[in-house]
Amino acid sequence: MKHTESELQLLANTIRKDIINMLKTAGSGHSAGPLGMTDVFTALYFEILRHDPATPDWEERDVLVLSNGHIAPVRYATMARAGYFSVSELQTLRRLGSNLQGHPERTRLPGLETTSGPLGSGLSQATGMALSLKMDGQQHRWIYCAMSDGETDEGNTWEAAMLAGKNKLPNLTAIIDRNNIQIDGPTEEIMPLEDLRSKWESFGWHVLEIDAHDIEAVIDACNQAKAVVERPVVIIAHSIPGKGVEFMEYDYQWHGTPPDPEQAKEALHQLRTLEGEIEGEHE
Amino acid sequence: MSSMHLTPNLYKRSAEQEPIRNGFGRGLVEAGRRDGQVVALCADLTGSTRMKAFSQEFPDRYIEVGVAEQNLVTTASGMAHMDKVPFASSYAAFSPGRNWEQIRTTICLNDQNVKIAGSHAGISVGPDGATHQMLEDIALMRVLPNMRVIVPCDSVQAEKATLEMAAEIGPMYLRLAREKTPIVTSDDTPFEIGKSYVYRKGGDVSLVATGSMVYHALKSAASLKQAGISAEVINCATIKPFDRETIVASAQKTGRVVTLEEGQINGGLAAAVAETLGESQPAPLLRIGIEDQFGESGQPDELMKRFGLTAPDITQKIKSFLGAETGAKSKNPGKTKSKGGHK
Repeated sequence: MKHTESELQLLANTIRKDIINMLKTAGSGHSAGPLGMTDVFTALYFEILRHDPATPDWEERDVLVLSNGHIAPVRYATMARAGYFSVSELQTLRRLGSNLQGHPERTRLPGLETTSGPLGSGLSQATGMALSLKMDGQQHRWIYCAMSDGETDEGNTWEAAMLAGKNKLPNLTAIIDRNNIQIDGPTEEIMPLEDLRSKWESFGWHVLEIDAHDIEAVIDACNQAKAVVERPVVIIAHSIPGKGVEFMEYDYQWHGTPPDPEQAKEALHQLRTLEGEIEGEHE
Repeated sequence: MSSMHLTPNLYKRSAEQEPIRNGFGRGLVEAGRRDGQVVALCADLTGSTRMKAFSQEFPDRYIEVGVAEQNLVTTASGMAHMDKVPFASSYAAFSPGRNWEQIRTTICLNDQNVKIAGSHAGISVGPDGATHQMLEDIALMRVLPNMRVIVPCDSVQAEKATLEMAAEIGPMYLRLAREKTPIVTSDDTPFEIGKSYVYRKGGDVSLVATGSMVYHALKSAASLKQAGISAEVINCATIKPFDRETIVASAQKTGRVVTLEEGQINGGLAAAVAETLGESQPAPLLRIGIEDQFGESGQPDELMKRFGLTAPDITQKIKSFLGAETGAKSKNPGKTKSKGGHK
C-alpha cells in the first residue's frame, strides 16, 4: 500500500469536509451519496487506480466511470486532493462558468471520463470501454464503474449487465453504492432490489460484498476482482448514506439536499471531532 | 448538370435501383478495411441494417448487443472514449427513436465520436406499418448540439457518406431507407458532409429535397419543364450543418421554394429551410412531406401515393403552389404570402 490505513482515513475525513464546504457554498446539490462513497473514492484514487493527475489522458491509465453523476462532489473533492486541480477550485461547484458542473461534464474537466447525470448509462459506457480493452488485448488496464443502487431500477443498467456478462469481460469492475435510499424513500419500498446479489450472479457476474467504510476492505475487494479472470465483477458496497454526519446518516431526505450554513457548521464540527470520538482542536 | 455527373438514364424506366442501406453496408466494410479502429454495433438487425458483410469480415470488431437500443449507443459511446470509431445501427424507429436521451447525454453532450445509422426511415418501409416507419428522426437529431445529420439520396451516396463519416471526428446520424431507390448519382458526383448540391438548374422555383425525395424532385422537374416551368433541384444531403448559402442563393434567384422529404415536415428539412429563408431570404414556401400524422401499412409505392409523395403528386402540388403564387403576385404584389404559405 502507498498509504497507511490511518492516512487514508484522514484523507477521507478531509474529503468529507471538502464536500460539506462545497455544498454549503453552492447552496444546492446532493449530500448523502457523496459522503457515503467517500471511503470508496479515497481508496480508488489513492490506492487502486493506475493514473497520473498531471496527465489525465495518460493512455495507460485505468478508467473510472461515475454513472450516478449526482454524487459528483465526492469525485471532484477526491480529484482535487489527488492533485488534478487546486482545492480552492472546489468552491466553484455549480457556479456559472465552473469546470465543476452540477453533474459532471467530461469536456469541461480533464480526468472526468464521461458525462453523466441521467441514470443507468454508466455501466454501458464502462462495458464499451472494457470491450475495447479486450479487443486490443490490453489486459493490464482496468475499467471501474461507480454506480448507485437506485439506478439499478433503470433497464439500461441490466442491458449493460447482460452484454458484459455475455462477453465475460475480465477487466470490468462495477461498484454499487448500496445505501438503500433513493429520492422518494428507501429502495425496498420504492422498487425492491433484493435479492441484488443473485440478480447479478444470474447475469454472469462475480459478486463481492463489502462494508463501504472499511477502506482496507475496498482495496482488498478491488484486488480480488483482478484475480477473477473469467467474468466481470460487481462489488456491492454497503454504505451509510450521509456517513460521518450524524443527522444525515441513513436519512433519505438528505439524498438531494445541501446543508444550510448552520447545518454545515454542525457537520464540520462532527467531522473534525470524528462524531464526538475526539475533542475538537479549536472548539 | 454535367458537373454533377448524375446517372445518364435517370428519367428512364430502366434506371437502376438499389436500397440506400446497401451503400451503407459497402461503405462500412471499406471503412473497416481502411481503419482498424472502426467497429460496428448492432441490436439484433444485422442483416436488414446491412452490417452482415462487416460482421463476417471483421467478427472481432463486431458487437451484437441484442434487442437493446439504449445499450447500443451507450456502449458505442464507451468504445469511442477508447479511440474506437463505432458505427451503431438499428431501425431509425428504435435508434434514435427509443434512445434519444442516451444519444443526447453520452454522445452529444459528452462529445464522443459515435456514428448512428438509422435504417428503415420514412413511410416507404411499407407493410410493417406506422410503428416501424420513422418520420421524426431528422427533427430529433438536428435539434441536438454537436450532432451532424446526413441523409443520402441513393446507395452510391450512402457509401460515400459512410466513408466520410468514418474519417471525420464527431457525433453523426445517417438516415437510411429500406426500399429500392433509383440510383441518381455516380461515383463522380461530388459529395461532402455539410454541402447541398444543385442537381438541376432552373429559374422559376427551387425544389429542395433530401433522401429518396431527390429522385422524385428531379422527375417532377422534368414534368414541370413540359409545362414551361423551370425548376431548380437541390439535394440537401446534409440537414445539419445546414448549407445556408446554396439555399439562399437559389431562393434569391427563383423567389419560391418547395421542400421535399419522406418524414415529418414539422421540425424536418422543411423547418431547416424555413428557418434559413425566414432569417436571410424570405420567400413563399411549400412544404411537401408527412403532415403531422403517422404512416400505415401498405406497399411502399401505394404509401408514397397515399401521402402524395410521387412525382405526379408533387408536380400537381407545385403547379398549384406556383399558380396561387403567380395569381397572388399579379393581384396583390405586396401580399405574396397570403396563399402561398398554406399547409
